[in-house]
Amino acid sequence: MSNRAALAVVTSRLRVEEKLIFAALEARGAAFERVDDAALQLEAGHASESPWPVVWNRSLSFGRTLYATQILEQQGALCVNSAHVVGTCGDKAATSLAFAASGVPTPRTLVAFTVESALEACETLGYPCVLKPVVGSWGRLVARLDSTSAAEAVLEDRAVLGSWQHSVFYLQEYVEKPGRDARVFVVGDECIAAIWRHSEHWITNTARGGRVEAARTDGPLGEMAVRAARAVGGGILAVDLIEAADGLQVLEVNHSGEFRNSIAPTGVDIPGAMADWVLGRVAERVAQEVFA
Amino acid sequence: MTSISKPAALCPVCEASIDAPADSITGEILACADCGAELEITSLAPLTLEEAPDVAEDWGE
Repeated sequence: MSNRAALAVVTSRLRVEEKLIFAALEARGAAFERVDDAALQLEAGHASESPWPVVWNRSLSFGRTLYATQILEQQGALCVNSAHVVGTCGDKAATSLAFAASGVPTPRTLVAFTVESALEACETLGYPCVLKPVVGSWGRLVARLDSTSAAEAVLEDRAVLGSWQHSVFYLQEYVEKPGRDARVFVVGDECIAAIWRHSEHWITNTARGGRVEAARTDGPLGEMAVRAARAVGGGILAVDLIEAADGLQVLEVNHSGEFRNSIAPTGVDIPGAMADWVLGRVAERVAQEVFA
Repeated sequence: MTSISKPAALCPVCEASIDAPADSITGEILACADCGAELEITSLAPLTLEEAPDVAEDWGE
């Protein structure tokens, strides 16, 4: 290895979260290199060695994160989160399969590939049901389909949007929830913080507004979030859950979760806890190299 | 909180004078108070700003 820092933090556009992560690392005296993914040139293959033993990827871009992580892992880097985790969290169908494999409760989901078969899937699920882009975030293009005519309009619209992913119709049963859902932060095997997000809108997402209050991290909520985090491969993860009539269900797990609105209500130093865990991995990696 | 702003740069859209907060870092986004354009800080010394890229379809958390 070179004299470069043992840790790289890969970013694209900086969010508040990345600034807080940089501040947390600096407060701990950690040496790290900030890497803009727009400037990366990565040689695929074992012939190259990763410039950094540990890479913490905080890019906004799912595509860049996925491919950079795959390559850097093959070059020997420990990536947070791993390529497997990124690929699973960034693709809702892959997430559903991971939940099913681990018995994590989640709303019933059907995947169809044509407008006609998707309409049949809507009938199977019953109206209302929910159409989500198989790759996408921040609640964008998530649509509640209340009727056959609404479904026909939205599905036709998606089919002409351009990218092939929009013709992978990921349809989910609509679950009534009591005006709130939960976001739970899992670091390693520990649930470090949790919030309830209140909203009158059927989509509750702090990126779309909504009131926030702290939730308990012990008990069923934290336990279910840790199960979901393990199901996708574990790491630093933000788990979204809803309270269905028959218990908690997990909607998704975010691999580059946003936490700016969760620090004040919970009183938890979320970036600090994340930084501590990553620096623990850096220490392990450096020790392995010293004694190898 | 008192902070010393970095020397101003011009908005590449409307040429308004823009100060960046003292704790700014490259890659961060500022909004032009005059025209509302989202601007990315591409360097700090000197302060330079470019129009921020539109949100891409695969962006998110």
